[in-house]
Amino acid sequence: MTSTVDTPADAARPAAPSGLLTVARAPRWLRYALLAAGLLVAFWLPNGLYPAVAVDILCWALFAVAVDLLLGFTGLMSFGHAAFWGTSAYVTGLVAIHVGLPFPAAVLAGALTAALLAVPIGYLAVKRTGIYFAMVTLAFAQMVYYVANEWRSVTQGENGLQGVPRELFGLDLSDDYYFYYAILPIVLLGLLAAWRIVHSPFGRVLVGIRDNPARARALGYPVHRYKLTAFVLSGFIAGLGGGLFAVGHRFVSLEVLHWTTSGKAVIVVVLGGIGTLWGGVLGAAIVVRLEDWLSFSGFETIGLVTGGIFVLVVLLFRRGIWGSVAALAHRWWASRRR
Amino acid sequence: MAGQALLSARGLTRDFRGFRAVDGVDLDVAPDSVHALVGPNGAGKTTLFNLLTGFLKPSGGRIELAGRDVTGLPPERVARLGVARSFQITSLFPQLSAREHVELALQSPSGLGWRFWRSSALMRRYTDRATELLAMVGLAELAEAPAEALAYGRKRALELAIALALDPKVLLLDEPTAGMGLEDVDRTVDLIARVRQGRTVVMVEHNMSVVGRLADTVTVLQAGKVLVEGPYEEVRADERVITAYLGAADAAH
Repeated sequence: MTSTVDTPADAARPAAPSGLLTVARAPRWLRYALLAAGLLVAFWLPNGLYPAVAVDILCWALFAVAVDLLLGFTGLMSFGHAAFWGTSAYVTGLVAIHVGLPFPAAVLAGALTAALLAVPIGYLAVKRTGIYFAMVTLAFAQMVYYVANEWRSVTQGENGLQGVPRELFGLDLSDDYYFYYAILPIVLLGLLAAWRIVHSPFGRVLVGIRDNPARARALGYPVHRYKLTAFVLSGFIAGLGGGLFAVGHRFVSLEVLHWTTSGKAVIVVVLGGIGTLWGGVLGAAIVVRLEDWLSFSGFETIGLVTGGIFVLVVLLFRRGIWGSVAALAHRWWASRRR
Repeated sequence: MAGQALLSARGLTRDFRGFRAVDGVDLDVAPDSVHALVGPNGAGKTTLFNLLTGFLKPSGGRIELAGRDVTGLPPERVARLGVARSFQITSLFPQLSAREHVELALQSPSGLGWRFWRSSALMRRYTDRATELLAMVGLAELAEAPAEALAYGRKRALELAIALALDPKVLLLDEPTAGMGLEDVDRTVDLIARVRQGRTVVMVEHNMSVVGRLADTVTVLQAGKVLVEGPYEEVRADERVITAYLGAADAAH
């Protein structure tokens, strides 16, 4: 238990960092400085990394933020988000191949389809909580996987969708370096949308529901409908990431729908820090970079290494990387002010 | 009779796997009254509360609010229709500040909560009213403290503030003074006496002196049934109540 306060003087002292909303926030200048630094890194990234890896990081950043919207801000652990990432990847690929739209339009079509798919899945899943919610989402994701596997005339089954074009008004985006800058604005918009959702009146209700659903209901909030809305928004953002991933790889394989993809998304968020939003971005960068480095070094059991790191982080830094650093910074800040 | 009651129950029953926790309860809560539910542990008071607020579905019977059938409605609908409740075990959002609690309650009927594309700064429109309500329950100076850091009595006061923020027709308080020291009990009684003006209050309460100071009508429950109902003085003198409450003590003599 935390200590209690009974006087204004005690209350003025910042409480333990909650990582949330107004209770414990970094000073304004620091937040702007972090934002500027983040944007600088985002613009510099393909100069410091293999551009294809940088593209993957952007896509996974969106995926992670989508999962954190549910896990960190609504209290729902989806173990089936590959359904939305993967469905959008396939729809984006199909639209880009058969309709020949510019890739942002194809990605939008993919993300909207993912959001649409999230309506029935979410409707049935939000009636459950905890592990049961995770199991329901996993079950639906497996169904989507098998449909894609069987529906070979459309998805090409195990061969995958080949030759997804990077069409954008005739621009030559075949170089990953330029493609990175073409998708960066879309990714930043997606991240901005997630940030806006978290810091909206709606986001405030979500946090209430996460912390105490019974109390939220007693206040008159229809908890299931709020959770469903969050689920659909999350499906859309995950779909944005999945669609860009398909165009980035110019290829869609069944792996995008596999349960290990859902699991990786959860790992990325836990590693970065649940309920921190930007922690997911950081987690995506670390996991994608690490996996690339391991496979490049000829490592065969990548899962063992990332899994090991995951276990270590969960055991040693329960708040994840972003959350732990934020907690340390907060403590330092509080001790300086006293 | 039933037409005059603001909140009424007819033959309300709830079974838990063969155990009948509430058994055919008739209840009429008159407008602008304070109605206390008392009874020994396990008499079904909290179950009755959960039935009245939609947190449990009745196995049988009927509930009306201002003449409207509300039987079986989910809790958020019941709350929207003007029934606000507090919980026996303090039930707050640990990470939100006291002010954020009240703002969240004030926002509830407006639909602003759906605006995921707007800034939460919009909720500042509720700040003044929230400050007023927090001052009313004596939390003005702790408005920015996170709920998890508040002392027990202050948490109970915050519960009351968020229930009031819903501007309810009926305020249901589940043991508002449970676990409080004498000073906090007095403060809470004064507070309820103040907020009851123009409102209807139903409360579960163990502390008979609190019931005596506040209640217009008292319903005594025993084993899920209504044992006696009437004004406090009358109920207190009723032999059946004395037996129900003091039976164990008498047997010990």
